[in-house]
Amino acid sequence: MSVIDKNTTFLGYRRENGRVGIRNHVIILPLDDLSNSAAEAVAHNIKGAMAIPHPYGRLQFGADLELHFRTLIGAGCNPNVAAVVVIGIEDGWTQKVVEGIASTGKPVCGFGIEGHGDHDTILRASKAAREYVQWASEKQREVCGISELWVSTKCGESDTTSGCGANPTVGNAFDKLHPLGNYLCFGETTELTGGEHIVADRCVNDKVREQFMFMFNRYQDVINRHKTSDLSDSQPTKGNIAGGLTTIEEKALGNIQKIGKKCTVDGVIDKAEMPTHPGLWFMDSSSAAAEMVTLCAASGYAIHFFPTGQGNVIGNPIVPVIKICANPRTVRLMSEHVDVDTSGLLQREITLDQAGDQLLACMLRTANGRLTAAEALGHREFVLTRLFESA
Amino acid sequence: MIHFVLHDAKDTVAVVVVEGVKSGTAMTGWIMDEDRMINVQAQQDIPIGHKVALKDMVVGDTVWKYGIDMGKVVAPIKTGQHAHVHNIKTKRW
Repeated sequence: MSVIDKNTTFLGYRRENGRVGIRNHVIILPLDDLSNSAAEAVAHNIKGAMAIPHPYGRLQFGADLELHFRTLIGAGCNPNVAAVVVIGIEDGWTQKVVEGIASTGKPVCGFGIEGHGDHDTILRASKAAREYVQWASEKQREVCGISELWVSTKCGESDTTSGCGANPTVGNAFDKLHPLGNYLCFGETTELTGGEHIVADRCVNDKVREQFMFMFNRYQDVINRHKTSDLSDSQPTKGNIAGGLTTIEEKALGNIQKIGKKCTVDGVIDKAEMPTHPGLWFMDSSSAAAEMVTLCAASGYAIHFFPTGQGNVIGNPIVPVIKICANPRTVRLMSEHVDVDTSGLLQREITLDQAGDQLLACMLRTANGRLTAAEALGHREFVLTRLFESA
Repeated sequence: MIHFVLHDAKDTVAVVVVEGVKSGTAMTGWIMDEDRMINVQAQQDIPIGHKVALKDMVVGDTVWKYGIDMGKVVAPIKTGQHAHVHNIKTKRW
């Protein structure tokens, strides 16, 4: 019997729109690069508020701008966030982000810098942030059903032990969560190259299969348009190759272990879009760790499973990132980054079922409030995906 | 001790999962899908996480892992040798 069944509960924060979060952040969200300084000043003034700086938001247009808004609004809407202060260089786009987040019913307000300057903006935004932090600090965790936890996955600094140990552990956990009605997500479009037929076979129907292949082929076109070589210097990465991975096909076949043996792929979303029903969703996404986890946060996922082989250290400001590792050397050399050690799998000391349960037990503890290694170490990588040049 | 693991009995390469494999090491391997053991002697030093060849391969051969095509042989490989970017390359991109 698994550590979870349909009656399993955890203690989460129920938000105004019914979604359940496992953290209670008040975030100071810059619309653009120019507003990072004010956002960080506000977070410095108000203890318990967290700034989420990033380098973009000016002169983007078209689909790239839409993705920028979708990512920022999605991050603010994430149920791990209690309240949001948005700061932008001007009011128009700032208010667009505020309105998007306000659709959840959570407290949110925005401040434009032009015509005020940093000092006055920081003063006004700090007053709002102080009220939000004190309000949020009185929020209580309540009992929530297991299926209310949205779980995403992406692996990084993979090596061959990822495909044999850490990724199948995630797959085993996904196979146990899927029948309970959880929202699940995987992506990393280019890192399915060589195994795309396996994902296509797992799609629940022809419509989903067509959507998946559309996304897959669209990304292959991007690679083919821009590549200067066969990409064997980038995919696999230098770290992957040092870890023993030789080709993109090998990396992909290991990657796909994360979707288990039984889960169907139930839907396809574009970057930072929100899934519309329970099940396993494929999100078209970059394979770069911080970009992908940021997109998962923007899609509404509350917790992230991150298997690693060589030892990726990533975290996210909004979503707790649980690291799973099956490489005994990495576990020994980088233990402060590892939440779940499944290296016993490769010596037949534990079964895959036991490894999956170890991860699920860690998931429940993390949902209940235990800080992940990445949280304790202060990893807050918030990286926006760009589609093309600014105007 | 398990020195290397493979997923599928059809695989022509397997993953070394312990540190310190040297040329000449008598290795025990675990076929995960069948829960069966096999033996191969290392012919070169192989770092943890890197692959050992389970059969002799010539240029142009398909390399099998997870029971699936993972690339092509670009330099001859003997059983027990280190199989990596110096003798295997992607078929994609």
